[in-house]
Amino acid sequence: MIHFVLLISRQGKVRLTKWYSPYTQKERTKVIRELSGVILTRGPKLCNFVEWRGYKVVYKRYASLYFCMCIDEEDNALEVLEIIHHFVEILDRYFGSVCELDLIFNFHKAYYILDELLIAGELQESSKKTVARLISAQDSLVEAAKEQRSSISNIIAQATK
Amino acid sequence: MEQLKTIGRELAMGSQGGFGQSKEFLDLVKSIGEARSKAEEDRIVLHEIETLKRRIAEPDIPKRKMKEYIIRLVYVEMLGHDASFGYIHAVKMTHDDSLLLKRTGYLAVTLFLNEDHDLIILIVNTIQKDLRSDNYLVVCAALNAVCRLINEETIPAVLPQVVELLGHTKEGVRKKAIMALHRFYHKSPSSVSHLVSNFRKRLCDNDPGVMGATLCPLFDLISVDVNSYKDLVVSFVSILKQVAERRLPKGYDYHQMPAPFIQIRLLKILALLGSGDKLASESMYTVIGDIFRKCDSLSNIGNAVLYECICCVSSIYPNPKLLESAAEVISRFLKSDSHNLKYLGIDALGRLIKISPEIAEQHQLAVIDCLEDPDDTLKRKTFELLYKMTKSSNVEVIVNRMIDYMISINDNHFKTYIASRCVELAEQFAPSNHWFIQTMNKVFEHAGDLVNIKVAHNLMRLIAEGFGEDDDAADSQLRSSAVESYLLIIGEPKLPSVFLQVICWVLGEYGTADGKYSASYITGKLCDVAEAYSNDETVKVYAVTALMKIYAFEIAAGRKVDMLDECQSLVEELSASHSTDLQQRAYELQAVISLDARAVESIMPSDASCEDIEIDENLSFLNSYVQQALENGAQPYIPESERSGMLNISNFRSQDQLEVSMHGLRFEAYELPKPPVPSRIPPPLLAPSAELVPVSEPSYSRETHQVATVTSVSDAGSLELKLRLDGVQRKWGKPTYSSPASSTSNSSSQNTVNGTTQVDGAGNVNSKARTTYDSRRPQVEISPEKQKLAASLFGGPSQTEKRPTSASHKVAKASSHAAEKSQAPKAVVVSNEVTVEKTNHQPPPDLLDLGEPTVATSSAPLVDPFKQLEGLLDTTQVTSTVNHGAVGATESPDIISLYANTPASVQSSSAEISVPANKDDINVTSTLATQFTKGPNPKDALEKDALVRQLGVTPSSQNPNLFRDLLG
Repeated sequence: MIHFVLLISRQGKVRLTKWYSPYTQKERTKVIRELSGVILTRGPKLCNFVEWRGYKVVYKRYASLYFCMCIDEEDNALEVLEIIHHFVEILDRYFGSVCELDLIFNFHKAYYILDELLIAGELQESSKKTVARLISAQDSLVEAAKEQRSSISNIIAQATK
Repeated sequence: MEQLKTIGRELAMGSQGGFGQSKEFLDLVKSIGEARSKAEEDRIVLHEIETLKRRIAEPDIPKRKMKEYIIRLVYVEMLGHDASFGYIHAVKMTHDDSLLLKRTGYLAVTLFLNEDHDLIILIVNTIQKDLRSDNYLVVCAALNAVCRLINEETIPAVLPQVVELLGHTKEGVRKKAIMALHRFYHKSPSSVSHLVSNFRKRLCDNDPGVMGATLCPLFDLISVDVNSYKDLVVSFVSILKQVAERRLPKGYDYHQMPAPFIQIRLLKILALLGSGDKLASESMYTVIGDIFRKCDSLSNIGNAVLYECICCVSSIYPNPKLLESAAEVISRFLKSDSHNLKYLGIDALGRLIKISPEIAEQHQLAVIDCLEDPDDTLKRKTFELLYKMTKSSNVEVIVNRMIDYMISINDNHFKTYIASRCVELAEQFAPSNHWFIQTMNKVFEHAGDLVNIKVAHNLMRLIAEGFGEDDDAADSQLRSSAVESYLLIIGEPKLPSVFLQVICWVLGEYGTADGKYSASYITGKLCDVAEAYSNDETVKVYAVTALMKIYAFEIAAGRKVDMLDECQSLVEELSASHSTDLQQRAYELQAVISLDARAVESIMPSDASCEDIEIDENLSFLNSYVQQALENGAQPYIPESERSGMLNISNFRSQDQLEVSMHGLRFEAYELPKPPVPSRIPPPLLAPSAELVPVSEPSYSRETHQVATVTSVSDAGSLELKLRLDGVQRKWGKPTYSSPASSTSNSSSQNTVNGTTQVDGAGNVNSKARTTYDSRRPQVEISPEKQKLAASLFGGPSQTEKRPTSASHKVAKASSHAAEKSQAPKAVVVSNEVTVEKTNHQPPPDLLDLGEPTVATSSAPLVDPFKQLEGLLDTTQVTSTVNHGAVGATESPDIISLYANTPASVQSSSAEISVPANKDDINVTSTLATQFTKGPNPKDALEKDALVRQLGVTPSSQNPNLFRDLLG
């Protein structure tokens, strides 16, 4: 079972957190601090797994972002590494070559996608197509509901206000 | 210009779907991104919290605005700050009719609330309503929330609806319903136990996603109760077969592998079902063999499936053919350059070794490489493997390695773990008492505060009882070696408390037993300890008790006792201590000293810590007194349990349980009040000591009784903890993971002289060299130390290398000769005779002298030891050639091409992006974003590109890949 998912930038900034096991806010902060200390300092050639407090943390670096998932000791670490990659591929397909910035400004969308991929700490869907279909169904509904107001001129007006 | 830049950035964001987000929020994200320190970030977030608190409380906020506030709250919470003031608004948002808002609300509550939060109860109603919705998206959103928020108490509220959704027309809903039930199972297994048939039905769902999801709860159910699912073996095997044959839709392929995640889950389930069941296992052999053959070993996911296959093979009833394939895969993993695969290889080796212990020997050098790898993760895994393959022949090397590593790390969690492993191995396989004591000393010295107190008690018990045989000489030798080593260590500063307790106890019990040390010497040391650790009460208690024992033994032996001055002052000081325990012991000490030899001997018999002490729990000797009191009209005693009706403390051994039950909450309902029974009213409480006083016994014997019980408390305490005695007794028994045959061959090869071991080694190697790798490559990269280590760990062929170097001239010659002609057994036999007589006169060869010139000149001036070594290496190191040669020559091109196809290479090139990014990561990344076509709109991209050019940032022409995004 996956206990939590963390996205941390190379500078140790948190980009996304999802907790499948109960942690208090204090514990969360501690976990993030501890893990980013361990993971960000690891060399590039070492293995993508860290044994930590009786759990295993699988991480992978994409550009300046670290995707980390914490799993049980006996879980298949390489499989989880591929789940991370699967997640990134879905993000990539959704955002159209995803970059850190997409995730910074649309973290809630990343959460929606993650919710379609993992549920209660287990992989619920391994087909990219199915995930994409569900997400776009949700989005199209959303699009229909909200008025189109994010025109460029609007933003420029805001910026120059 | 500045403004233009801002516009450019905004533009980039706008086109990425920063829909509806106000400038305020964008600014927040930006300023967080630009924050140089954690403190600055915290300041910004705190300011944001203030703003949000104010805004969110305003009346009549438009819903769209509210949604943004909620998202901002999520952001704040994500950064580790408390946003609990806004939780209620997120809860309210889930009530909204619009799906957009509802979804945001659900997202926020699933992120904010743990399942035990008070607000959950407010959401349950909404969830119930949404689960009934016509819109499947609403149902999905509600199910997501169910999976996160529903706790044991609220399961019944939604369970019927979730079960109903198992038959929903949309497969996405069915899947989520399954996962929700899986979650319920985790929370409270009994709540879904009646739904097992539903899971079985869903296994046959025509949507592969639903089928895949069903495997999760089934795995858990099967791991609890294997036997009631044996009938599903056939189904699982046939599903796995179909998956492996690519019968699933293309959408489930992942990197050209057919539905690998489902395959892995199925293999996990099969491993459970086939464990110890020959019949079930036999039906799996074919399909597992197929997967072994079909798996693409070049991709990560292929290797993940292969690894799962190995796990499965090592769990089910063994099949030689599958074991062979598994061993092959393991050797490929271990030879790989990738640390990930090495890690898996080591792990898999640890699993397979249980079934076929001989497989480890082939990989000895790879294992040692991993042990010395700078990567901590790999190292730890390797220690885990070593732990599994420990036997009495290699325990010393392994435990020493573990202790060295334990000393070098700071991670307390792992330190504790490795310390307990060391203790366990030492208890099981210790080759000698002396070694055992030394090892325990080291463990205690470096990790004393981390090991379980039971380990210390176990050690004391072991020293007291000996090793279980009726060999008093060996036991007393063990004790004196322990005393000796403790006297050496005791002076070291800052010893852990647990260790000091052991030291004090052993010194008190056996310090003067063998007559080597005088009582005054030992007592002096004990006083030093008590003074040096004056704020550790437990240590002082142990020290005083030890003092008392030593004096008692002295008196009993008829010697005159003169207390040292420091001792005297220590006892005086302690008799005024705040701790009553210490005080009592100090007074007892003084009382004991003033008694005569006969009395002392009966109070404190020498070496009686193992004697069973009979404790009359019923205090039957008081019966007559009680009887008399009752006749005189006293009220009968009512046990405390009946008086208070709460806790049962009749058994004083259950002290731990008592403590637990006192601290924990009571969950059962309170009993109904009992009707008052007048005769049962408790008598005025008698203090327990008051009961004792009137007993008409001579005060002398009473005192002895008391003292005896005091000492027995500590002994009884250590006795009662019921330590791993079985482990101790197993010490000389069978080694765990090696068959007796292999271990004897090891020891015999150790004892035999060079020539024969040579043959042995060569023979081994030849059998291993079945594979056709070229063994002629020079083996410079393998250091002799490594081979030595390998030999001591595995007892394998490389053992031969080290011997000749330090042996005599002739032996060296003979052995090098033997090495050159190891194929010809005759030559070996001839040299064998020479070596037999020679080595008999030689001192045991010292392996460490390898490089020292003195040895070289004195023993073999003409023979270069290194040359001999090379000669040996040529023949004996086939395994290592396989390691290095094969990877270097044959596999590397494949690997390179593999990496060219996977994002790993992109990763490394795109990593360069982040080099400038640390200055201002938002800035750079946002310009990055503008440079590349985001989304489908080429016009936007062109505009952005133009903007970027204006801003003066041009992409490097040398490396067009540089500005690729995450995936390229």
